[in-house]
Amino acid sequence: MQSSTLLPISNLASHPHAPVSACFADYHSRTSGFDEMLDAQGSLRPHWMDLGARLSQWTAADFEGRKQSMQRLLRDHGVTYNMFDDAAGTSRPWSLDVIPLLIPAAEWSFVSQGVAQRSRLLNLILEDFYGPQNLLACGLLPPALLFANPGFLRLGNVVPGTVFAPMIGFDLIRGADGAWRVLADRTQVPAGIGYSLENRIISSDVLSGEFAGLGVQRLAGFFEMEREAIRALSPLKRQTASVVMLTPGPMDPTYFEHAFKARYLGFPLVESADLTVRDRQVFLKTLEGLRRVDVILRRMEDVRCDQLEQRNRSNLGVPGLTEAWREGNVVLVNGMGSGVLESQALHAFMPRICEHLLGEPLLLQGVPTLWCGQVHDLARVLDAPDQWVLKRAFPGGNRRTLFTGSLDAAARAALLDEVRSEPHQWVAQEILTLSTAPTWVNGKMEPRSIVWRTFSAQSDGVQSVMPGGLSRVSHNAQEQVIAMQTGAISKDTWVLADGPVDTFSLLQDRGAVLRPARPPGGVPSRAADHLYWLGRYAERLEQTARVLRMIFRRFIGEGSELQTRELALCRDWISGLTLLPAELMKLETTETLLADLRELLSNPKREGSIPGLINLLRFNAAAARDRLSDDTWRLFNRLERDSNLPPGPLVITNALGVLDTLILDLAAFSGMQLENTTRGHGWRFLEIGRRMERSLAMLEYVKEAARIAVHDEAILMPLLEVADSTMTYRRLHFSRPSLLPVLDLLMLNETNPRSLNFQLLSLARHTSQLPQDASSTHAGMGKNLADLLLSKLSSLNLSSFSITEEHTGETIGRLCTDLSDDIETLSNHITEHYFSHAARRPA
Amino acid sequence: MHYKILHRTSYHYEFPVTVGHYTARLEPRNLPVQACPWHRLVMRPEPWVRSFRTDAFGNHVEYFEFEGAHQELEVISRSLVKVSASCPPFPSATPAWETIREEVLGTGISPVTAAGAYAFGSPLIVPSAIFRDYAASSFPAGRPVLEGVCDLNQRLHQDFIFDPTATDAATPIIEAFEKRRGVCQDLAQIMIACLRSHGLPARYVSGYLETLPPPGQARLVGADASHVWVSVFCGGNHGWIDADPTNNLLPSERHVTIAWGRDFSDVVPLRGITLGAGKQRLTVAVDVEPVNEE
Repeated sequence: MQSSTLLPISNLASHPHAPVSACFADYHSRTSGFDEMLDAQGSLRPHWMDLGARLSQWTAADFEGRKQSMQRLLRDHGVTYNMFDDAAGTSRPWSLDVIPLLIPAAEWSFVSQGVAQRSRLLNLILEDFYGPQNLLACGLLPPALLFANPGFLRLGNVVPGTVFAPMIGFDLIRGADGAWRVLADRTQVPAGIGYSLENRIISSDVLSGEFAGLGVQRLAGFFEMEREAIRALSPLKRQTASVVMLTPGPMDPTYFEHAFKARYLGFPLVESADLTVRDRQVFLKTLEGLRRVDVILRRMEDVRCDQLEQRNRSNLGVPGLTEAWREGNVVLVNGMGSGVLESQALHAFMPRICEHLLGEPLLLQGVPTLWCGQVHDLARVLDAPDQWVLKRAFPGGNRRTLFTGSLDAAARAALLDEVRSEPHQWVAQEILTLSTAPTWVNGKMEPRSIVWRTFSAQSDGVQSVMPGGLSRVSHNAQEQVIAMQTGAISKDTWVLADGPVDTFSLLQDRGAVLRPARPPGGVPSRAADHLYWLGRYAERLEQTARVLRMIFRRFIGEGSELQTRELALCRDWISGLTLLPAELMKLETTETLLADLRELLSNPKREGSIPGLINLLRFNAAAARDRLSDDTWRLFNRLERDSNLPPGPLVITNALGVLDTLILDLAAFSGMQLENTTRGHGWRFLEIGRRMERSLAMLEYVKEAARIAVHDEAILMPLLEVADSTMTYRRLHFSRPSLLPVLDLLMLNETNPRSLNFQLLSLARHTSQLPQDASSTHAGMGKNLADLLLSKLSSLNLSSFSITEEHTGETIGRLCTDLSDDIETLSNHITEHYFSHAARRPA
Repeated sequence: MHYKILHRTSYHYEFPVTVGHYTARLEPRNLPVQACPWHRLVMRPEPWVRSFRTDAFGNHVEYFEFEGAHQELEVISRSLVKVSASCPPFPSATPAWETIREEVLGTGISPVTAAGAYAFGSPLIVPSAIFRDYAASSFPAGRPVLEGVCDLNQRLHQDFIFDPTATDAATPIIEAFEKRRGVCQDLAQIMIACLRSHGLPARYVSGYLETLPPPGQARLVGADASHVWVSVFCGGNHGWIDADPTNNLLPSERHVTIAWGRDFSDVVPLRGITLGAGKQRLTVAVDVEPVNEE
């Protein structure tokens, strides 16, 4: 390591006692234009004095250490941003810079007023666009600007009083003149509120000293207001407004945020299949039946929300939703068609519209913009195209940002031709140099262009602006376009307080604010479905790990005669199990067998492999993310890391190490399920899934082992090992295992938590507590099926068996098959009865 | 002309449908040249909920929901319609097409700027250089707009082969354009794409056409299908003028207008989203019968 990394940054400057600014000389030399931290002379700006002095004392190792702490916390919290362009469909960890963006109190006061004004203004514009269209009649906006905008939906008459955009995001940038300007309004699905909160939780933790010392405004108050604003939107003004958050699903790039925010606000996270429209009202399908929904926080683009009304190639959407909304029976946050305001072309008309609608000047200016759809503006642009940035006027499709000056002659001519032939599709904006903020990258502090997104929440009489927000800096130093899709780095935004910080809610009980509220009772059927499969896959993973461990153990040691015999029997035994591929155990040589076992440990594409099962487990966990605790999520993240085998040829002790850790991790998951989960229906389905999978596994083990044991009881030791019952058996019997006592322990013993009897008793208990529709012909059917299973098992009379007779194995085999069939029937009953509408289930 | 119209749509589903949501745009519009004094829509089974509204284009829409299992659905629309002859202007008397293109981008609300609602891309029709190039010879500089429209109407009729097997309702127009084959829906949408690529407002009209029986044969009941054509904005004085590229004519008394919009997706006669239906079999029968004026 270089020695300089051990020295504070200030010591890197030539004079150890030089003014603070000296230690930022290197940084200053790389700034051009407006820098957030340093003024033109390279001195710290007043609001940076405190943090700047602190940072100047940090060594590079201090920065790196904090960066790593942040990355670890982000990973543990499972913060991700899914990538559309990632062929594997995986998610990428969120990246957060160590250094926050600072906003001084006086500046915030102006910006927050400007944002609040703009939020009122945008809502009035939406009401006009989807109502009387006075703005067009008054000549304040060319009608073509509205008609050419694909975000302008032809909705027809919307009930008066409809609220269009209670939640809006604002992308702000600062140009060379130091003034904040609006780059874009995010009116349709304003992403980033959840990430802002997550960033704050992490940065206030890792930088706790700085956070407390600087007097940073808290976000908790905003979230309280947001929750109130959403509740106040309920069309019935009910005390207990029923609010849900609608997500496209785990494949959405910002799914993490949907789940996180739904949990934080205490609203159920639902997918479109969870909702149904009946008599033009929206209902949530829950295990208990249909439940009326008043407000939907929509995280889906409006054109995907209702396939009855909008062309829609995906399977998403709630047919009839638009009709229900148009009638005023449900509130959408934000309303259909609100994306119309995301057009860059509107900037050109905003100041006059503001004067007209609010009777006051526009406080926050937009980026100076010309809409090429106006003849005189088009002429100005074509006159001197290199003075402008050319952008598409409307969102969607191709969102290119083009600097004509940077194009070669042919490309430049082609672009200008495009503008000439469809001028209404283009805007020209003044070229602004974005301000830069210090960012810790590549082991040093670098100035990077910054965009700050803040948010407003409003409904009747409640209006609030988030004192903070999501800031992003470009991934590389030259980049002028900043998007999380292209690898930008996020920053927390610290708005500094003038006087004492409003900390009432945080100081009262920090946990109460940062922890999610208790979710309401109804469990969406789809969530129950995923929890059920989560239980099944967790158990299947554990069973697979135990079987593999049992085999690997027989490859180590001295290779005694017993070991060799057991291994041969195991090959026969396991070839009959559906858990592992049938062809596996037929492999002749030890080498080919080991090579194949290695595949099962490391190849996610191999069916039934450990990584394959972990993927299925995580898929279901992700889909029920809002119902799993942070600790559980951390454990699932660990599962993936712990299952990584070192590269190279298989070393058996390594494989055993991985399997041991995996089994411990899964034990931790069961423990959490037992000790840290509320006994609601969600938990019950997870339990049912686990018990069913364990029953099916045990029945298979016993069926195949009994077939072999009538010839050679040496198979019973591996059987007990896989069934995790070796200790129990030894304690009870003090002898070599023998078939009948083993069967008694694994099938009938109701105190052994691995026995079939134990699973069936548990299934009978859970099925009797499932929600029942008394009028249904299926009422109580689950419980009846579980009871039938128990009575069949009790008919097993072990004393009537003779262990050496061939037909003993067959009789046991038949009973096992019969019981397995009944369990499958029970599984089908639960699937059809409780989550029949869920179409996308793996395996 | 007076017509008695019967439009029957039947669905047969592979599995019983438990929940279904539908919209129907089947009631003919009332227009200066058309009146619909009587209209009834009957569904079997009887829907659970029915409601009416007028959509953003002024069309009548009926929304209905089903709850409870059914495997067959029949929607029967009956209308009485009176259509008067319209007399289109002399093509040479209409304004130059560029005038309309420029006026559409103007400010304030006038018939011309309002027509801008149909001048740009829509869900199924994306104007592009391909359509602009194809239509360019119909719209040389300064040509009166209706002359250009008639020329384009005639060229499309000539260049395209009517072929119901070449496309279906979901075929993108660019594909039909490249094949030079399709049905009235393809021709109408391609013509609209050509016009909008020149900045001209053009809308998609759905309706019925009375077909004359071949000489010596009785008129076949139910043989007529629903039909679509185009309407083009020809300036403030002349307003909207219809053109039917499938038949190479400017519609008059033999076309009955149900609804119009930007493209097919705005005027789908019957659209339904069902839960658990599996495959569905759809049959449509339309009968447009002239009646004696009484």
